[in-house]
Amino acid sequence: MIGLLSVALLAAVMVSPSQVPPQTQQVAPGTSAPATPSAGSPQGVAGPVASAFGAQAQHGGLNIVVLDPAHGGTDPGARGTGGMRESEIVLDFATQVRRALELQGFQVVQTRQGNENPSFDDRSATANAQRGAVFVTLHISSTGLPGTARVYVNSDLPPVAGANGLIPWERAQAPFLGLSRRFGDLVQGFLTQRFKGSPDTAQTASVRQLRTTAAPAIAVEISSVTVEDRADLDRMAPSVADAIARGAAAFKPSYVVPNTPGALP
Amino acid sequence: MTSRWKIVLIGGLVFIVLAAAIYFPILRRRVKRAARLQQQSEEQARRELTQPIAINPGDPRVKTKLFWASDSIDATLVPVTVELPLSRDPVLRSKQVLNTLLAGPVDAELRTLPPDALLLAFYLLPDGTAIADFSEALATSIPSGIVSEQLAVNSITRTLEANVPQVQRLKILIHGQEVETLAGHLDLTGTFVVSTHPAQAPAADKPAAAASGTLTPDKTPDKMAQPERKP
Repeated sequence: MIGLLSVALLAAVMVSPSQVPPQTQQVAPGTSAPATPSAGSPQGVAGPVASAFGAQAQHGGLNIVVLDPAHGGTDPGARGTGGMRESEIVLDFATQVRRALELQGFQVVQTRQGNENPSFDDRSATANAQRGAVFVTLHISSTGLPGTARVYVNSDLPPVAGANGLIPWERAQAPFLGLSRRFGDLVQGFLTQRFKGSPDTAQTASVRQLRTTAAPAIAVEISSVTVEDRADLDRMAPSVADAIARGAAAFKPSYVVPNTPGALP
Repeated sequence: MTSRWKIVLIGGLVFIVLAAAIYFPILRRRVKRAARLQQQSEEQARRELTQPIAINPGDPRVKTKLFWASDSIDATLVPVTVELPLSRDPVLRSKQVLNTLLAGPVDAELRTLPPDALLLAFYLLPDGTAIADFSEALATSIPSGIVSEQLAVNSITRTLEANVPQVQRLKILIHGQEVETLAGHLDLTGTFVVSTHPAQAPAADKPAAAASGTLTPDKTPDKMAQPERKP
């Protein structure tokens, strides 16, 4: 634990929901044509959402996605039949998610490239060092209905009390919970369109990795390593990548980096 | 060597082989049985050592809600009503309901907690904070994943909320130690909100009229336990 260490608020100040432009509030999946991904469209190909992203790009804001393939090194994560390891599968997923995000114009920073296992704090530090970033941690579960995908945002945390522009490391996620929820709902909506049986909205859970991340942050968990054939999971990867990329693009307009860094969102 | 001695020697060898063929399977069965008995006695001793909470027949049998996984909705808890003799002491009562929760439902598929996990200790502070200390198996045997770990914690907090109103929040320890996560995902460094209602003693328990062992699924939707962190 880093304890009393605090992070300067390098991430952007976010606009409140009331400040979000009207077109941004209409991008919830399933509620607005511009954000609705067309079924069968090739992943990564600029569609309506990409157009919306392009229109907003000149305003700055969200430019970076920090991608976190969970576990690694001595921590294999969930283990499935035939020796499947969560740590290896999420690394493969990350490669495809990265490609899809880059096609949408995002810069992608990965918390690990190979079979390493950075600590929770190291992964959060990678995200907290960016400006105008969102954080996505990728997981494969060992339970749940195979072929479904769930997005999690952190459960409620006590509000940040300090008015000195610093966010306590241990509760770095607290000021971003509303934005994380919005980002999570968008990604979940796109995932649910592709994976029937998935929830309609993001779930809340006390996910350790998200708590110390000072940015809109979500965990995406795919079910599951219990599938008999690894190919069943691999087939999900392109759609998962596309959903995350489109979710990030749809979220981009509501994520504005202020000219004066250091203020709480 | 004379032919007579050869016959005696061969006969002796045949006898030894026959005796071994008959005796070895018996010996193997005895070794297996001894190993099984030793394993059972170790497990029994472990359970007796760590679960000294005896059910007091004098306690009134009350309808107790236990939260296990739903068999129809993925990643959801469903309360099941079971009749148990429960103590009015909140600590004893908590141990009784958690041990029953750990024992698991009739259908093992609906378990939320590993079958080999044990409740080692349970404390209740005056401010309503409960501390539940579980054996390492809770962390090592639970299926790894956000959904499974969250369901496990929710089943504990919801069961406490339904049956022990004095418990306001819960801190989970593993083998006496604070750990960062349950099994790589769920944050155990804080406390989980169990109840937002003011602490109070349980109302007079209504004795159950039906026979014991009744399991009644209740379709009330579950809610998620919210972690709490001191500012």
